Amino acid sequence: MTDVAMEPKSDVNVEPKSDVEPKSDVKNAFEPHDINDVLVVGVGGQGVLLATDILADVFLAVGSDVRKSEVHGMAQRGGSVESHVRRGPVVHSPLIRRGRADALLSMEVLEALRYLHWLRPGGVVLTSLQRIVPASVVAGGAAYPDTDGIIAQLRARAGRCAFIDPDALVAAAGDVRTMNVGLIGALSAFVAGVPAAIWEQVMAARVPARALDANRRAFALGRHLAEDAPA
Amino acid sequence: MMSGNEAIARGAYEAGVKVATAYPGTPSTEILEALARHSEVHAEWSPNEKVALEVALGAAQAGARSMASMKHVGVNVAADPLLTASYTGARAGLVVVTADDPGMFSSQNEQDNRHYARMAKLPCLEPADPAEARLYAMAAFDLAERFDTPVLLRTTTRISHARAPVEAGPRREPALGSAQEPAHEPGFVKDPKKFVMVPAHARGRHPVVEARQERLAELAEDCPWNRIEWRDRRLGVITGGASYRYVREVCPGASVLKLGLAWPLPRRLVEQFAAGVERLLVVEELDPFWEVELRAAGIPCMGKKYFPITGELGPDGVAAGLARALADWGVPWDEGLGGRGVESGAGPSAAPTAAPAIPARPPVLCPGCPHRGTFYVLSKLKLTVMCDIGCYTLAVQPPLAAVDTCTCMGASITQAMGVELGAGREASRRTVAALGDSTFIHSGITGLIEVVYNGGAVTVVICDNGTTAMTGHQQHPGTGRTAQGAIAPALDLEALCRAVGVRDVRVTDPYDLAATEAGVRAALAHDGPSVVIARRPCILLDRRLVRPALAVTADLCNGCGTCGRLGCPAIEREAEPMAEAKAERWRARINTGLCVGCGICRQVCRRGAITAPTAPPTASGGGD
Repeated sequence: MTDVAMEPKSDVNVEPKSDVEPKSDVKNAFEPHDINDVLVVGVGGQGVLLATDILADVFLAVGSDVRKSEVHGMAQRGGSVESHVRRGPVVHSPLIRRGRADALLSMEVLEALRYLHWLRPGGVVLTSLQRIVPASVVAGGAAYPDTDGIIAQLRARAGRCAFIDPDALVAAAGDVRTMNVGLIGALSAFVAGVPAAIWEQVMAARVPARALDANRRAFALGRHLAEDAPA
Repeated sequence: MMSGNEAIARGAYEAGVKVATAYPGTPSTEILEALARHSEVHAEWSPNEKVALEVALGAAQAGARSMASMKHVGVNVAADPLLTASYTGARAGLVVVTADDPGMFSSQNEQDNRHYARMAKLPCLEPADPAEARLYAMAAFDLAERFDTPVLLRTTTRISHARAPVEAGPRREPALGSAQEPAHEPGFVKDPKKFVMVPAHARGRHPVVEARQERLAELAEDCPWNRIEWRDRRLGVITGGASYRYVREVCPGASVLKLGLAWPLPRRLVEQFAAGVERLLVVEELDPFWEVELRAAGIPCMGKKYFPITGELGPDGVAAGLARALADWGVPWDEGLGGRGVESGAGPSAAPTAAPAIPARPPVLCPGCPHRGTFYVLSKLKLTVMCDIGCYTLAVQPPLAAVDTCTCMGASITQAMGVELGAGREASRRTVAALGDSTFIHSGITGLIEVVYNGGAVTVVICDNGTTAMTGHQQHPGTGRTAQGAIAPALDLEALCRAVGVRDVRVTDPYDLAATEAGVRAALAHDGPSVVIARRPCILLDRRLVRPALAVTADLCNGCGTCGRLGCPAIEREAEPMAEAKAERWRARINTGLCVGCGICRQVCRRGAITAPTAPPTASGGGD
């Protein structure tokens, strides 16, 4: 989304536009310069805010104006949560408009489907395949759709998808709580113009030192899965 | 990057705030939390918002810059001192932060607190983003001192909980005293005609307030917070707060009058703006606060015809309203207004943007939440539960479905008293009032005194989890710690209840269902006021409270579904196809990633199918 670029700020390094965008060395790179509006969703308590904190710091580090919106309070008790990150030369709204997110990151597979309509057609979906059954299903009445059906719906709207299996994440990183960083790693494959060192620096500053190695492995797994994701 | 709340705290800090008070409430909580990190500031969690404001008022009257912050409904609690503080003013700046919650992310109503500015006759500053939040917080203290008035600083969820780059500056200690009063040493200075609001003095102060309003309205005409941004003159938008940012986002070509001083309104500036544009639209979240004022002043404008009063606007709501208004007026949303064609139906917005029909995921009580045991018992006993504001209100949802009322902080006990008086004393044998420890201290205690004094037989269940949980685990007078980490005397709830005259006071462990049920039954049977303190720390407070996950022995589970009635996120139901066509039965399964081993489900399983992995099942494992 670029329609916020009405008033270039003089005191920040305005990001290079697409015609001067450095070529990404990422294989299968997906229109990398288009990743400006990112919606991160999940279940309260899963670490959605850490994911958007990292992303916001990374965008700031490369000179973008950044706005971010969070949900606090009641929704954090196991409810569906969302956090928006937006960047550009000048960003006004901390909220993304429906149908215009460039990327949707989800910590839980049903939540990816719940927020899919925020994604612009052809955008990027990166989601955990973890299934957390909501109370409305446990109490009876509602049914949790099967994962294959969800994936088919995600693929129908997205241009690119990558999926992180929680068991594979645990095997690689040792802790399912690194899923947020795994998804950020996956997103990094689609974001051009951010040197690997910046992702690393921001991650190191944001995650607890004792969990840094596990998070590095999660980041690498996510990045690898995204790079190998079919177009 | 700072959140709006951190930016307000930063601005107040830089302005030299000395006393900061608050009661936690989303979306205001982080303001005080951020101020508590500064040793130069006395930052406290007050028992409630009325106390918070009165302490801040006293501090300001003694010459210290002070700030009380609260959520929108908190201002209702603090309204009594607020409206008279308007008359007295203070010697040093007094800023009251109201954090409104359009959309009710975590609130019981979505009142628009700009009305308080008009009612209390106070200036109201309203920032549009975190950077402005810092600047306005700083300016609020100067404004307060220059006009000898408390200042309302209004924020909303999308300001408070948005993050954006904010520059920080150094703290400066203020020169004391208002413009009317030369700088002086700290300390309370007697001034009865100003500070003692007996009728004779208040009659003298009211004209002062009205004259101040006039001077503030003059200031509004030419102040840094209100500004006209001339662009395409076919459309003029009067807006402020988060809505300003949405307007700039979706219609960057429109001329805008941004009102950073939400009250009082700059009459001449508005007239000048109205005269300079072809069509005038007011874009404001919640009530038509400005629109009504403008119409009363005879300035033609449109607003709530196109924008909802309910809910938060967001960029999509603003875009939809603008599109309808422009269509009605026959004004094309073209390049001049910066529409870029996207509102015509072409482009990304042509794709479906409606939410799909999938299972809802409302917030729930956490695995291991002690409230689950308490409310399972209340549900099992089929009691009427007059409830309150806190995490435990989440027990309203099925399967617990154990909450019958939720009105405002502290209303559980008093509404239960009302039920007894309205329906007869027998009603109190099947009714309880349930509220948390922090809520009880906030405004439950006066209700308990009411029950004792007026001869009620209400049973009160205090769900004492040792913290203010829903807002993120803040300290309170019962926890033994202050907001800044100092050790404090911990309020003794049992002694307090006994001291106000409750003879039947008992403490139970909500993890022990049998004991909790026995306690509640005994309290209900007691013909007089009773208090059951269901005490167990919030499971999120300390990871050391977590025990190994339990497991279901599949052969023993007969799928009766009793454990499912606890509404625990860690208990899942596994379908197992049966031989008969279309039939399937359920089995319980425990998600070991979520289970914290609280053992409540183990107590409700009649077949002893739920066991702790480290302890062998015992004969009483399935006891109820």
